[in-house]
Amino acid sequence: MILRRPFFWIILLVAAGFIYAPLHSNNVSLREDLILIAIAIILASNLNLMIGYTGYVNFGHIVFYGLGGYVGLYLTTVRGWNLVLSALVAGVVVSFCAFLFGLAILRLRGAYFALATIGILQAVQAFVSNFDPWGRSTGMYLSFESYRPLGGARHALWITYYLIVAVMALSMIVSLTIKNSKFGLGLFAIREDEDAAVVLGVNATIYKAIIYSVSAFLPAVAGALMFFKNGMIDPSIAFEYMLSLEGIVMLMLGGQGSVIGAALGGALYEKLRSYLLTSPVLSNFHLVIAGALLLLVVLFAPGGLIGWLYRLMPRARKVLE
Amino acid sequence: MSGVLASMIDGVLVGAVYGLAAMGLSLIWGVMDVINLTHGAMIALGMFCMYLLFAATHINAYVLLLPTIGFGLVIGIVVYWMAVHWVVGRSMLMSLLSTFAVNMMVIGIGTAIWSTSPYNVNFVLPGITLGAYTFTGNHIAAAISAVVIALALQFFLYRTRTGKAIRAVADNRDAAELMGISSTAVLSIAFAIGIALACTSGALVSTLFPFTILSGAVYQLKSFVVTILAGLGKPFGALVAGVLLGLLEGVITPFIAVSWIPLIEFGLFVVVLVAFPQGIFGKRATA
Repeated sequence: MILRRPFFWIILLVAAGFIYAPLHSNNVSLREDLILIAIAIILASNLNLMIGYTGYVNFGHIVFYGLGGYVGLYLTTVRGWNLVLSALVAGVVVSFCAFLFGLAILRLRGAYFALATIGILQAVQAFVSNFDPWGRSTGMYLSFESYRPLGGARHALWITYYLIVAVMALSMIVSLTIKNSKFGLGLFAIREDEDAAVVLGVNATIYKAIIYSVSAFLPAVAGALMFFKNGMIDPSIAFEYMLSLEGIVMLMLGGQGSVIGAALGGALYEKLRSYLLTSPVLSNFHLVIAGALLLLVVLFAPGGLIGWLYRLMPRARKVLE
Repeated sequence: MSGVLASMIDGVLVGAVYGLAAMGLSLIWGVMDVINLTHGAMIALGMFCMYLLFAATHINAYVLLLPTIGFGLVIGIVVYWMAVHWVVGRSMLMSLLSTFAVNMMVIGIGTAIWSTSPYNVNFVLPGITLGAYTFTGNHIAAAISAVVIALALQFFLYRTRTGKAIRAVADNRDAAELMGISSTAVLSIAFAIGIALACTSGALVSTLFPFTILSGAVYQLKSFVVTILAGLGKPFGALVAGVLLGLLEGVITPFIAVSWIPLIEFGLFVVVLVAFPQGIFGKRATA
């Protein structure tokens, strides 16, 4: 049972902290910082399902986030739907697209799959940039009307924040549940040796397509919420290649394959990035530093921060999964 | 109709340059089983190398290919020892990520220096006019340069000792070691040549179109498509497949908007990967 896992309660505590801290002090700038961290954790956790659990590198993970943002903004603005419903529908639609993509490209193994994900990102971006109902390359803007059902803009932003924190907690809980399930074991088997897994009765094609679409769901929901909060979307911010890449850096930094690793990496990297971006000397070089960090982790500490912690304290593995 | 024909010829000329870029990717992939994700960044570096050399000297841009090749070889050796040597033979994930990290660093430095605004190399060769259409001299010169370099590589791989050693290591690294070939030296040379090809093709592209530091990504995708079309480890096949891709672009560009092209290329990429895992020119082995 997941309720018996101490880590489950740690996740809930962290989420409660995320909600309590800015609300208690009514601190909007703290909320904006935390929202970025929450998004980073959502992206890194769901990417972990592919890279860490299944051993398939997805370079175009951001495509789900961006598509979710587009579907969500389209539903709230053009169709006038309620925010929560639009976000959920965005998640379902994008997951379904991912399942279809997955059936096509998951026949490819290892590196070929990784290349195809780069292609998916560029292809989807090309498609959206030419798609009339979504405003081609100029994108879409949120009408102010959309805030009204949520009690005005001020209220709406806080509500969006709570929802994003909920999605963050859910991302970690989903990762934890999958890790402790038979399905998760099947994924680990695919990661270690796909042929052996197939021989032992793991239906690799279906497993991979499912995990690919699961890893699309929450990022798409988060995208719908985040772009609702930002009030606008266009292809270059929705499908920001760099964010997709930084997701991989976060995951490797924290430790791939571990729930806490992905979350920790996401939070730390996001802090680092906002520090670098605001520093006058280093702001131009944040990508260089991220790249150097990734290289160092890959060459010297493939387990990331959490791998290092596990080596130091083997018992931590039981609590911090 | 003759408009389409002209566009096709132009496509073939540009396609030779795609082919050259893909040869670099294919060589590295075939020899050391590393997918070089610095490829796009190296193409972009080649563009800026050409830009700086041309701005400094103002001599014929196609003569400047020679120093660009040298530049590519040096960068290739540096990147090999920085990121690739340690991950050869480890899982594919590690080499993907480490080359990818170098890619981020190069793009990051490039963006800091040149921002992402467009540059161009202002060098024009007189063109050839046939009827109502003019083929620019640059397109013709770039295609000829690409073919000459491709032939030189073919000669190197099949007729020189070092080239034969590279092919031996690609075939069977352990057996090559037993024959007294130092595989480390061979791998670093092969990697450097692959990078030099990427830089050179970037330099050729820079004489044809305006470019930014991020332009490499587009040609990286094309290189993957071409490599997959040609099948792995077949550098000369890559040139032919590059010409095919250029031809295809030439045929479709008169009819649809240019911004759709990534979608079509990606579709082609997936279809070929799924239908011909060994490449169109490759042997049909059991997948």
